[in-house]
Amino acid sequence: MPDLALLKRLAKSHNLTQENYAHIVEVLGRQPTLTEVGIFGVSWSEHCSYGSSKPYLKLFPTKGKRILVPAGKENAGVVDIGDGIAVAFKVESHNHPSAVEPVQGAATGVGGIIRDIFTMGARPIALLDSLRFGALNGNPRTRFLLEGVVKGIADYGNAVGVPTTGGEIIFEKTYAENPLVNVLCIGVLPKRTIAHAAARGVGNPVLYVGSSTGRDGLGGASFASRELSEGSDADRPAVQIGDPFTEKCLIEATLEALATGDVVGIQDMGAAGLTCSTCETATRGGCGIEIDVLKVPRREEGMTPYEVMLSESQERMLLIVKRGKEARVKKLFAKWGLNAVEIGRVTNDGRMRVKEGETAVADIPASALTDDAPVYRRPVKKPRYLAKAQRLLVRRLPEPKDYTAALVTLLGAPTIASKAYVYEQYDHMVQTNTVVLPGRADATVLRLKGKSKLLAATTSGNGRYCYLDPYQGGALAVAEAARNLACVGARPLAVTDCLNFGSPEDPRIMWQFKGCVRGIADACRAFDTPVTGGNVSFYNESPRGAIDPTPVIGMIGTITFQPLTANFKDEGDAILLLGETREELGGSEYLATIHGRKAGKPPRVDLKAERALQEFMVEAASRGLVKSAHDCSDGGLAVAIAESCIMDEAHLIGATAQFGVRNSEFGIKAGQSKIQNPKFAWMHSCSASPPDASWSAARGITWNWWSTWPGVTACPPP
Amino acid sequence: MKFGIIVFPGSNCDQDCVHVLKDVLGQPTVALWHQDTSLKGCDAIVLPGGFSYGDYLRTGAVARFSPIMGAVTSFARDGGLVIGICNGFQILLEAGLLPGAMLRNIGLQFICKFVTLRVERTETPFTNRFSPGQVVRMPIAHNEGRYTVDPKTLREIGGQVVFRYCDAGGQLVDSANPNGSTDCIAGLTNRAGNVLGLMPHPERASEPELGSSDGRLVFESMLEALVHA
Repeated sequence: MPDLALLKRLAKSHNLTQENYAHIVEVLGRQPTLTEVGIFGVSWSEHCSYGSSKPYLKLFPTKGKRILVPAGKENAGVVDIGDGIAVAFKVESHNHPSAVEPVQGAATGVGGIIRDIFTMGARPIALLDSLRFGALNGNPRTRFLLEGVVKGIADYGNAVGVPTTGGEIIFEKTYAENPLVNVLCIGVLPKRTIAHAAARGVGNPVLYVGSSTGRDGLGGASFASRELSEGSDADRPAVQIGDPFTEKCLIEATLEALATGDVVGIQDMGAAGLTCSTCETATRGGCGIEIDVLKVPRREEGMTPYEVMLSESQERMLLIVKRGKEARVKKLFAKWGLNAVEIGRVTNDGRMRVKEGETAVADIPASALTDDAPVYRRPVKKPRYLAKAQRLLVRRLPEPKDYTAALVTLLGAPTIASKAYVYEQYDHMVQTNTVVLPGRADATVLRLKGKSKLLAATTSGNGRYCYLDPYQGGALAVAEAARNLACVGARPLAVTDCLNFGSPEDPRIMWQFKGCVRGIADACRAFDTPVTGGNVSFYNESPRGAIDPTPVIGMIGTITFQPLTANFKDEGDAILLLGETREELGGSEYLATIHGRKAGKPPRVDLKAERALQEFMVEAASRGLVKSAHDCSDGGLAVAIAESCIMDEAHLIGATAQFGVRNSEFGIKAGQSKIQNPKFAWMHSCSASPPDASWSAARGITWNWWSTWPGVTACPPP
Repeated sequence: MKFGIIVFPGSNCDQDCVHVLKDVLGQPTVALWHQDTSLKGCDAIVLPGGFSYGDYLRTGAVARFSPIMGAVTSFARDGGLVIGICNGFQILLEAGLLPGAMLRNIGLQFICKFVTLRVERTETPFTNRFSPGQVVRMPIAHNEGRYTVDPKTLREIGGQVVFRYCDAGGQLVDSANPNGSTDCIAGLTNRAGNVLGLMPHPERASEPELGSSDGRLVFESMLEALVHA
């Protein structure tokens, strides 16, 4: 029996409190073993247990007639999109690893989320990345992080053969020390063949498949590994190393194995590797699991049970197979050059039992690690910065002397400028489904071969808005995601979210968290887009403080007609501005870029009006009334018009428009405009007559028809 | 006509090629596993794009030793039609079925985008459906596509070059050469003309909804050649 002092030090290194430790002793009815402390430590970590966020995540709407697998039940949510097809999708963060080692951090983030998707039995068909970095100018580290993260995503995604077709990149001081790397993966599968992450059938063999296990990923518990391995190599990289080649083989072998019908349950080994995959499948199946760590394929010698159970080596899966069929499944993995080893079996007593040969090293009720993990009621307090930050008198802001120069500056701002440098490094066409290429529309559009329906997807999230008003910011992220989909002609179906925040132990951060979650929940109800899963990433902090609260919304939808792109098509077309434009500059990119300020209140969102507007938009598009659509997002209306003119390099076009709230005039070319931030507006270019006025008015939609201005012009911008 | 698509571990454009040949062109198509040694009576062979064996060493350097490559080499020596796309082109170079070698792109980054190509020869089994000098659009997606060859060989292979990177007007300018390939070479055949390697992906440009169907002409040319063979 190890001495108590060592056990307690190990517990502390896992951030287990004295209360947690007492709880463990109570659950076990004895002192834990070293391995058990490690298992409890990782299972009860914020990352695995959602201890601080669970009470709030309950606010999300998760049910709906299209939801086949609701949030939290499996590795990813699954949505019925009709025609017998289901879509599995999920977004996850890899922020901290990417801050330490951007290439491998981002690469393993891609690998991890892809595994969550094919674990459901779905073939991964697209990746989207929502990235946040510090300001680009003057900080070489930001450049290092940007280049590394993009390279990591490219190296992994390109080799594994899943196209990276969309996403967003925002540059803002708040992320300088703590970049955000959120990766979303989408997979498709026949509705009837959803795989389950549950261990069932007492006596069924538990198979370990994929890469072998090393000490990678143990950095977070480096104290422990030093103590336990008695002076063996202690300087382990905290970040795992990705191997996209093995992952590609693992995708093919796993999908082939699932197709045999011999696999009862399956889960990838992500965070906390073998520990989470065994106790979670056991809990879900309402049974127990027993494994022998000596049978686990290893790539390093002398690994302790503790290390084997906590390793986060990549490209590994746990399969529960029908007894008697294991040989057939093993043969499939052998064909792809992969390990497939029986390491244990399903039991009937609800316990997670780990042996090293004949010696028991852990024996824990599985549900104590999962459903019954501690939940924290963190204190919540409204932060003081808000009152001052929200103060903004627009009329006191000096107007730019030269509006054209202001527009050019905005267009050159890294957040707004073309991202071709990034997406051209990603293979965004492999699998030949990418119908709308990156940089051409507000959402990515994929075909489903042999089906008439198209799938659209987008990510959206604005940390500045959430900093200034968490509730509005959360709601706006959902509204903008839905708006992005409407701009390609898609109706939204469901949401996945990645909630990136500072430390939950800070009541002010929890206040931001609560506000954002409420905003997202209300907006998801308004758009009838249930949340199907996602990820919470806390502790995004550096010595300089926490990041701006940044929920990222991933949303999917479907289209049944030719999708719209955002570039103006033909000379002489009219431009239509849909929605109400208010004098709202709070939290805008204009304010940040031109005035260097993060202030004011974000635009108000009227969810009912927003939904009506989007439905109108999709209907107009379906009737062929619209040739292009672009939402007014970062940089507002002026930037939106300019982007629609220059988006297609081979087909530059001009535009004139007149609209104004303030007195100043400002030309994109010959027209006059005004920089503002109308979050509820789109522009469209229409070919002939405008949509029937009474039709739109009847739905309470405000729109402006610039009939006195020709709209799209032949002349490219000077 | 029966097409065989070789599947190496790490290939990732194999299903895209199957889709075009089978679903778009309606041809019988089979996947051939890298450990097979028979081409199963196929009339033409496709080496698809991807990262065979992870390409951790040098692109195509491991794949050329796959058991199936013996059969591919004999098939090519006997005049059978073999097309290598992207990674497939790299494998053909490593296998010595085509002259030259690949370096990393001149910008040292992976590039994925549509490019314009000039069709240099139309009397080959891969280009008989194009018109001479035609400018076509196809995407590229590679990290190591900078075709390189020594000056002496370059003089010898002048007549084997089938596609060159060019601008929209068909001019060979540096700005239109995305990876710094020697002489803007995007694709070439062996001396006999029955083996083609090209970096652009014709299978990604075979349906109008993907933005171009110029690539389809490559496969249709192969069909044409096989029918009249």
